[in-house]
Amino acid sequence: MKTLQRLSDMKAGQTATIQAIHVDTGFQYRLNGLGLRIGKTFEVVRHAPFNGPFQLRVGSTELMLRKQDAHMIEVLM
Amino acid sequence: MKRIALIGMPNAGKSTLFNRMSGASAKVANWPGVTVDLLSSKLLLAGEMVELVDLPGIYDLHGFSDDEQVVRHFLANNTVDLILIVANASQVDRQLSLTLQLKSLDMPAVLLLNMADEAKKMGITIDADKLSEKLGYPTLLLSAKYGQGYAEAYKTIEAALQHSEVKAAQSLEQDFAVDQAMEAELEAIVKDSVDFPVQAGNSITTKIDRIALHPLLGLPIFFGFMFLMFQAVYTIGGPLQEATAWIFSTFRDLALVPLLSSLPPLLNGFLIGGVFDGIATVASFVPIIIVFFLFMAIVEDSGYLSRAAFLMDALMSRMGLDGRSFVMILMGFGCNVPALMGTRTMRSRGLRLLTMLVIPFSLCSARLQVFVFMTTALFSPQHAPLVLFSLYLMTFVIVILTALLFKGRFNSQEPFALELPPYRLPTTRQMILRGWHEIAHFLKRATKFITIGVVMVWILTNMPFGVDPASTASWSGMIGEFMSPILSPAGINPELTVALIFGFVAKEIVIGALAVIYGMEGTALMTGIAEQIDWVQAYSFMLFTLIYTPCLSTIATLRAEAKSGWFTTLAVVWPLTLAWLVSAGFYQAARFLGY
Repeated sequence: MKTLQRLSDMKAGQTATIQAIHVDTGFQYRLNGLGLRIGKTFEVVRHAPFNGPFQLRVGSTELMLRKQDAHMIEVLM
Repeated sequence: MKRIALIGMPNAGKSTLFNRMSGASAKVANWPGVTVDLLSSKLLLAGEMVELVDLPGIYDLHGFSDDEQVVRHFLANNTVDLILIVANASQVDRQLSLTLQLKSLDMPAVLLLNMADEAKKMGITIDADKLSEKLGYPTLLLSAKYGQGYAEAYKTIEAALQHSEVKAAQSLEQDFAVDQAMEAELEAIVKDSVDFPVQAGNSITTKIDRIALHPLLGLPIFFGFMFLMFQAVYTIGGPLQEATAWIFSTFRDLALVPLLSSLPPLLNGFLIGGVFDGIATVASFVPIIIVFFLFMAIVEDSGYLSRAAFLMDALMSRMGLDGRSFVMILMGFGCNVPALMGTRTMRSRGLRLLTMLVIPFSLCSARLQVFVFMTTALFSPQHAPLVLFSLYLMTFVIVILTALLFKGRFNSQEPFALELPPYRLPTTRQMILRGWHEIAHFLKRATKFITIGVVMVWILTNMPFGVDPASTASWSGMIGEFMSPILSPAGINPELTVALIFGFVAKEIVIGALAVIYGMEGTALMTGIAEQIDWVQAYSFMLFTLIYTPCLSTIATLRAEAKSGWFTTLAVVWPLTLAWLVSAGFYQAARFLGY
């Protein structure tokens, strides 16, 4: 059963598909530029220490995203 | 003259391509509608001179960052005959969005899929002909770094230039919804012409990251790595510096002194004790700086800096900064000026100003010269590298202190995402270019600041006529005595004070000024200074040098980037105040403890 949840709740090694992105347009442009778009599938590679950012892999691109911003992304996994 | 503009996303290798095409002839220039300087170069294509302009790396033609605005303003206010779109071949799935945006504007362009070698290694197959057909733009695979596919790219560019019409971009403002619709088109094109393996990843990078980004070991590895790097710079650069200093001394004693002996004493003293000693002492540090920048080039190109941002972001966010700020501080170890310009990718003004406030504390290569000089003169060969490293750590202490104090005034809630590119090694060619670039940079500063600086110091130490050089009767002596109530609590003597005053212009002048004030150069100068001050005074002097205003270029850049008088004033006054507090605090504490 696939469930809808926040990207910030995902664990390392998990894969999900982006359903919705609730950020301002400027940041949405940046995320799209980095390959994070609605409908894209990605993997959480790891978390940084001290409640730090997430490392994600989308296609052949790897990027980091802060936890509070990851909370604004709804995913289906 | 026809004009070509280079456009691409960050990390697509746009600068590498620009450097390869322009040789070393790039110049900074102003452009209509654009508030920042852009690099441009003239080159010969198909028998005519063409102007090549390097635009900042952007993610989206419609994005909101300063860099994205620069590109928009450039395209709206300047005509172009051709756009070279540079995209990372292994990331075509997302990087082609820029191409589609330019196509919707009906701009003439050639698409260069760079880093084709990397894509091939990752098992990605691209049908360039098919892509070209779908996009309506000539499309080529190449490697700007290694030069493959370059000749063919040249031919295509020349052909495209023959047929293109001059264009200025119309209606750059676009609906976000239109952009989203474009995405479906992009996906269809990529699906048709690019073959991705099931697991598209860089296996070496994944392996290195397992260690480099380890939750517990990542940070210790980073700082350990930095320590080893500075140790290596010192170990390799130290003997080179001594050798260069020896060459200058020998030249001075065997050629210059006999040659100029017939000149009147004052003129002779000016030429040898002023101009030559001053510049030679500074120039003897150029080898260390080159070694340092070669290491920096490897680190910058390796992709490790963005890993540092990943590891440090959590800590930086507690200081009102982010991972990018940390990377800019590391970049500042080379030179503060480009690091300040690097803050343009930040959209929130608060975050950007706070980052610009802390960057000048970054121990730049000019200050490194002063510290190598001082540590070699006053500390044993075993202790010197540790003392030097302690000053690098001091950079972070001062940054943390300043950021915590001022974060309330520079508030920001900017979201933050950053690419983690695969690990790469620079080519020998890139390293040589970098080394050459640093020599050129030094020569430019030497002619501009250092020569004028040492000449002025000589005048101050030898005027009025007939005084003993640098004595209390000379102008420099008077200035030193006048400032003495302020700086003697920090253990900084009148001679060092005069050097610090000139260091305000550029830190390279500091050791040149000391050579002139003490009337010695090379090893003799080190011995001379070691006889006059002890290690506590030297360390206090180095703390002051580290913290106070870095140089005029940095202040000018701060002013131009922040466009604010009060911020520029703060960025000058706060470091000066802090420099005094830290130096005096250290000096008094050390003396109190009996050192």
